[in-house]
Amino acid sequence: PHKKPVYMEELIARMQDEKNGIPIRTVKSFLTKIPSVFSGKVVMLEALHLGTLMAAHGYFFPISDHVLMLKDDGTFYRFQTPYFWPSNCWEPENTDYAVYLCKRTMQNKARLELADYEAESLARLQRAFARKWEFIFMQAEAQAKVDKKRDKIERKILDSQERAFWDVHRPVPGCVNTTEVDIKKSSRMKNPHKTRKSVYGLQNDIRTHSPTHTPAPEAKQPTEEELQEQITFWQLQLDRHRLKMSKVAESLLGYTEQYVEYDPFLTPPDPSNPWITDDTTVWELEASKEPGQQRVKRWAFGIDEVLKDPVGREQFLKFLESEFSSENLRFWLAVQELKKRPIREVPSRVQEIWQEFLAPGAPSAINVDSKSYDKTTQNVKDPGRYAFEDAQEHIYKLMKSDSYSRFIRSSAYQELLQAKKKKSKNLF
Amino acid sequence: MSQDPLEGCRISAGKKSAVSLGKALHPPNLLVVVEGTCGACVAASPVSAPEGSCSYNVAHHHLCVCVRVCMAWQGLQKGETLASLKQESENLRRKLEEERGKLTDVELHQVAEKVETVAALSIKTRRVLKGHGNKVLSMDWCKDKRRLVSSSQDGKVIVWDAFTLNKEHGITLPCTWVMACAYAPSGCAVACGGLDNKCSVVPLSLDRNENVTAKKKSVAMHTNYVSGCSFTNSDMQLLTSSGDGTCALWDVESGQLLQSFHGHTADVLSLDLAPSETGNTFVSGGCDMKANVWDMRSGQNIQSFDNHQSDINCVKYYPSGDAFASASDDATCRFYDLRADREVAVYQKDSIIFGASSVDFSLSGRLLFAGYNDYTINVWDVLKGTRVSVLFGHENRVSRVRVSPDGTALCSASWDNTLRVSRT
Repeated sequence: PHKKPVYMEELIARMQDEKNGIPIRTVKSFLTKIPSVFSGKVVMLEALHLGTLMAAHGYFFPISDHVLMLKDDGTFYRFQTPYFWPSNCWEPENTDYAVYLCKRTMQNKARLELADYEAESLARLQRAFARKWEFIFMQAEAQAKVDKKRDKIERKILDSQERAFWDVHRPVPGCVNTTEVDIKKSSRMKNPHKTRKSVYGLQNDIRTHSPTHTPAPEAKQPTEEELQEQITFWQLQLDRHRLKMSKVAESLLGYTEQYVEYDPFLTPPDPSNPWITDDTTVWELEASKEPGQQRVKRWAFGIDEVLKDPVGREQFLKFLESEFSSENLRFWLAVQELKKRPIREVPSRVQEIWQEFLAPGAPSAINVDSKSYDKTTQNVKDPGRYAFEDAQEHIYKLMKSDSYSRFIRSSAYQELLQAKKKKSKNLF
Repeated sequence: MSQDPLEGCRISAGKKSAVSLGKALHPPNLLVVVEGTCGACVAASPVSAPEGSCSYNVAHHHLCVCVRVCMAWQGLQKGETLASLKQESENLRRKLEEERGKLTDVELHQVAEKVETVAALSIKTRRVLKGHGNKVLSMDWCKDKRRLVSSSQDGKVIVWDAFTLNKEHGITLPCTWVMACAYAPSGCAVACGGLDNKCSVVPLSLDRNENVTAKKKSVAMHTNYVSGCSFTNSDMQLLTSSGDGTCALWDVESGQLLQSFHGHTADVLSLDLAPSETGNTFVSGGCDMKANVWDMRSGQNIQSFDNHQSDINCVKYYPSGDAFASASDDATCRFYDLRADREVAVYQKDSIIFGASSVDFSLSGRLLFAGYNDYTINVWDVLKGTRVSVLFGHENRVSRVRVSPDGTALCSASWDNTLRVSRT
């Protein structure tokens, strides 16, 4: 009795833990702030979830049901005996299950009557183990005898615990099977301590051997070559130029701040989130050729924003064409397009791009540095998807510093940015 | 004075120095090759010692020198060479950790203290997609922001209009455990694969009566299960990750292997393409607990992170492409910045003891949604490192979480056979 407050206080301390506990916050109420509160619902949900997990793993179970879950009603539960806890790494085999089901049919008690799915399982097991069934039957008999000798109440408890164990390892069809493993992981036997012992003391020769659990091959020792590669890799990494954390952190904060108004989880979209109102206006506006102000504003964040938005690309191209300087962007777009083609079409497409933009006397001649030009000339002789990579990189940098900034400063762009505002003014 | 990786050997700093090898360690007729890049002149100068001697001259300016002992004859155990190589590798790795640590003048969550806390989120499920007969293992959104494709353990792949709950296409694969699926950028095809060691592309027909399964075309061939797939920014190229420890880039039309990526030492479980208009990189994570960044053009592994303590189940880029997150069986999710070249945040709680299977960012990158094997989805504040919300609702493991292309909704796929679309 004098220990109870200590246990509770331990739990309370954990609940209040700043990092791992329940979130405590100040809630803004009408005209005031309510300091230092937590949501009762959050606590209830967490408690129920924890309880559900415990039930699903069979740490406690409802006494009159095969379904392992925690319900908020008058249902009675019982704790599982530690012998059957998952920490003992049970992987009971079908021979054990057969003995168990067989044993149940021998006991003349209504509460031990087999459910439909159990009767089906028994029938299947009888067929599968036809040759050794006599032995299984004998084991079941022996077990039943031992059980009979026990005290009545003790038997009731043990029976229910045994049944709950099998509800975990041979769940009711349709129930969550917590012993199921992701197939990607099951073939590599991660836990060598899985108990191979039988629940009912059956010997090895009688039991089946599960084919899915082959011991994992010992982790391959790296070869000399692999180690050399590793060493070269580490050396290259050491040569890398790194940024200070303070700079990086500011950059991450800045990016998030810039995009928070575009994040529907943080800022409700205008006019509405289609998933809430079932109104698809937001999507229709996106698809239309008329870009909204918020979308146009985004193009000013960086050249990538213009390039990845089809309407942005179109506007950028239009602007450059009006200045008779669109060849850079057209080249960049053509090379992007080249990389999207099937490999079969690449050689001819490379020639076309070369002729249009880089060959002597090209109609849309672009200016690249001599190094890139020479490299490209070589690449074109054996054309691959990356033939224009160096040239494209050079042109991208040029566009970023020159054409893009001109576009953002242009009256064409500014007009688009103001367009929505004008429209709303006209509503009057 | 610097420490030679070989015990008993010392290199003294200076333009020219003598290194003496302990006679006890190395028999006399050993050829010793010293290689290294000088920090000042980047010259690699191999120097060999005359046979019979056990000393050599080393010209170097910098402390970083690698010594490799070559076997000149059979007497010497191969293990010794391997041991010294291993030691060298370990030393370099530790040095890298040191270098990374030097630039850590502050932690992300400390700088994020000045940012306003995220207002309490109330995320509700708006759609429950029922139709799969077994565990849903993967899903991917279509660029049109409302359609999605999902794949299941029962061998079925379904294309849904999640907005109307309409099932638009059903594809049956001749294998169970379809672990990977992806929507093509054009919206006209999907890719799927899994236990069949293949990844196939299925063109979607507008004609409902047409049997899409018949048009399925094998593109990728691996020697073990396909764990993940993604189209590049084109319907014509497919990137896959596999249990055979490799990733590969394929030409869809011909099935030709364009590039393979070797470096993981165990199953690769996930990959994600960098969201860049100019970049050619992607990140992968696997059972070797490593997250690797790759150059698609050269096939080289350009950056690697090994902070997790168990399988990495999922990797996903931060929207700017400068960082990425990972989910692991060690019950944590982590955040790495590529410019700082290090892990910059760990998302964990004592009460979270089950593995994380999948992660994705909200559009601004402020929130990280993570699906776990305890059936929940935890929503993390990426900058502050705290948990903002928990989503309950699934009745079995969450296998995949994906934010829709315009960030308006979150889709979660689960072993409870359903997919849920949720939003604030």
